[in-house]
Amino acid sequence: MSSLAVGKADTAAGAAPGTVQNRPPLRRRIALIPTVTLLLGALYCLLPVAWVVIAATKSGSELFSTFTFLPGTGFADNFSDLSAYRDGVYWEWMGNSALYAGLGALLSTAVSAFSGYALAIYRFPGRETLFNVLLAGVLMPPVILAIPQYLLLAKVDLTDSYLGVLLPQLLSPYGVYLSRIYAAAAVPADVVEAGRMDGASEWRIFSRVALPMMVPGMVTVFLFQFVAIWNNFLLPYIMLSDDEKFPITLGLFTLLEQGANTPALYTLVITGAFLAVIPLVVLFLVIQRFWSLDLLSGAVKS
Amino acid sequence: MPITKRRRLAFRTAATCVAAALGATALAACGSEDAGEDSSGPVSLTYWTWTPGMDKVVDLWNKGPGKKDQITVTVKKQASGDTLVTKILTAHKAGKAPDLVQAEYQALPTLVSNDAVADIADEVGDAKGKFAEGVWQQTTLGTDSVYAVPQDIGPMMFYYRQDLFKKYGLTVPSTWEQFAETARALKKKSPDTDLTTFSANDSGLFAGLAQQAGAKWWTTSGDKWKVGIDDAASRKVAKFWGDLVKEGAVDDQPMYTPAWNKALNTGKQIAWVSAVWAPGTLTTAAPDTKGKWAMAPLPQWSQSENVTGSWGGSSTAVTTDSKNKAAAAKFAAWLNTDGDALNALAKESGIYPASTSAQLSGAFTTPPDYFSNQPDFYTKAAEIAESTAPSAWGPNVNVAYTTFKDAFGKAAKDKSDFVAALKAMQDDTVADLKKQGFEVSE
Repeated sequence: MSSLAVGKADTAAGAAPGTVQNRPPLRRRIALIPTVTLLLGALYCLLPVAWVVIAATKSGSELFSTFTFLPGTGFADNFSDLSAYRDGVYWEWMGNSALYAGLGALLSTAVSAFSGYALAIYRFPGRETLFNVLLAGVLMPPVILAIPQYLLLAKVDLTDSYLGVLLPQLLSPYGVYLSRIYAAAAVPADVVEAGRMDGASEWRIFSRVALPMMVPGMVTVFLFQFVAIWNNFLLPYIMLSDDEKFPITLGLFTLLEQGANTPALYTLVITGAFLAVIPLVVLFLVIQRFWSLDLLSGAVKS
Repeated sequence: MPITKRRRLAFRTAATCVAAALGATALAACGSEDAGEDSSGPVSLTYWTWTPGMDKVVDLWNKGPGKKDQITVTVKKQASGDTLVTKILTAHKAGKAPDLVQAEYQALPTLVSNDAVADIADEVGDAKGKFAEGVWQQTTLGTDSVYAVPQDIGPMMFYYRQDLFKKYGLTVPSTWEQFAETARALKKKSPDTDLTTFSANDSGLFAGLAQQAGAKWWTTSGDKWKVGIDDAASRKVAKFWGDLVKEGAVDDQPMYTPAWNKALNTGKQIAWVSAVWAPGTLTTAAPDTKGKWAMAPLPQWSQSENVTGSWGGSSTAVTTDSKNKAAAAKFAAWLNTDGDALNALAKESGIYPASTSAQLSGAFTTPPDYFSNQPDFYTKAAEIAESTAPSAWGPNVNVAYTTFKDAFGKAAKDKSDFVAALKAMQDDTVADLKKQGFEVSE
């Protein structure tokens, strides 16, 4: 591992103008500390993941009795037990999570793109005030809004419904904020002006000219929202009472809190948590491509 | 009604009662004014519960008595714990609480003082005889009203490793004094082994132990609440365990952790002060020691006594938001007193029934699988259940429990004074009651 790190440091130094070439020992020492720090950081993040992966393979009797990082033999059983639990309600939770996070993030990204673009491009009275209110919204943790949102949606009879979970998550102040920043940087005012000169409607300018320029930023907003909704707990917890509408976070919680006289279904919860991470990992791997595009477009612009 | 919140509620309840007194004939009782009105025609009810397998038990109702009465119940499975109480109260604020909820006994006063559960004395009053007095009293809160039907109970017992007690030459303690001696004797013989642990994570355990010693944490006199967490009985219990932890005679690590499971499974801890539901926990926590454990009554504070505390247990309550209170109460009574229902609850959900008639029938004629070496497990359990001391819960048990975890957790870690931690619990609970607008007598 250290040879890899040193190799990296060498290329980095080689790329820099040759001022430090005559002092190799110092350079190595500098490279060592960040490398070790990063490796420790990676270990810190990856160990719990490794724990979940390995624990998911253990059967109930192996879970707490065998060595922590020794893979067990029960993954197939855990998997089929989890799938059989309450007639496969786990996969319903998974589907619900995909719906809440997928559709929710998509709609939320659309809302963010519209409002971010409008805030960046148009000049209208109250624009800065509106933006500042949104900024204040960024500072507000969504958790404290869950109960007021529940009470409001109860007035229109939308609690315990898919809409009840989707609607409150459509407007993401952080998403709008990012979109505005991104639109201001990525869509030059000249381009919008040129579009107007050529007689294009505002909608056409937005959809054909500005939006393609904003795509990399919107991918980021989508990912943020997707992860935020996927991991959201309190809002669906307050909003939903029917466990067939639960997202995965809530479902796993009911597996854990079964009442004092019933032991928590640890093996199922761990296997469930492990499976629930997979879609997020896949999503990140797939979308990574667009992130490199992000850097590329920045380079082209300058 | 001393148990209601003065500012928010007393007025409303009082108004209803006055209306009843003035001769509004349709009113059956205070607080249940629309019960019985909608009982004609098909009724569908929703039920929030965390009990596993409850949907199968409810199916029995929907296909049997429920079909006859045209009352259909739908189970909406929830996660248990304090968070569910918050969820019920939030839903109640919006007028959208389900018809029926499962509630732990210690949560009932909170639900009652927020006017979230209805008085169903007229519908379920007859069921009283099916339960031990101490259990029934938890659902009436000492008034003439009935706020829930008891479902399951958790009488406390002493579990120990039979084989290891023999190996170390220990006898099963029948008093707490002997318990302390046993812990010390074990330390002498095998310094690495602990008799048990005092977990500062489980407020329910300490509450049960204090209850056994005769503590009454919340009581009412007139219009005022009295908090007795820092009373002589609780202090005795706190000092007892605090001293054991301080001298190192018992462990001070939390329960229900992988380390604790391992300690039980490998014989590093050889006893557990627990409740009737322990077999289920032991099955997953210590699978390798199956058949090596035995159950005995909880040690007593004096040789002549025979009481136990309770740890856990829950009831079925009807909410004030329900439009069909009479139908809901009918279901609640069936679920917790009918023989078939209780058999199904035992089989599908593994609960220990509150109803005395069910404690020795059906699933309880044979010992739990894990305790196959103790054929009279449930006969003994029923006897112990009968000796449960009355409990006294108040409207902010959650606050007391939170402080318990903080204060006792710290005291156990520093091996400092448990009695001081008890004082902190008392102070926080009183302060919170006052903040909520209750009258508190000092």
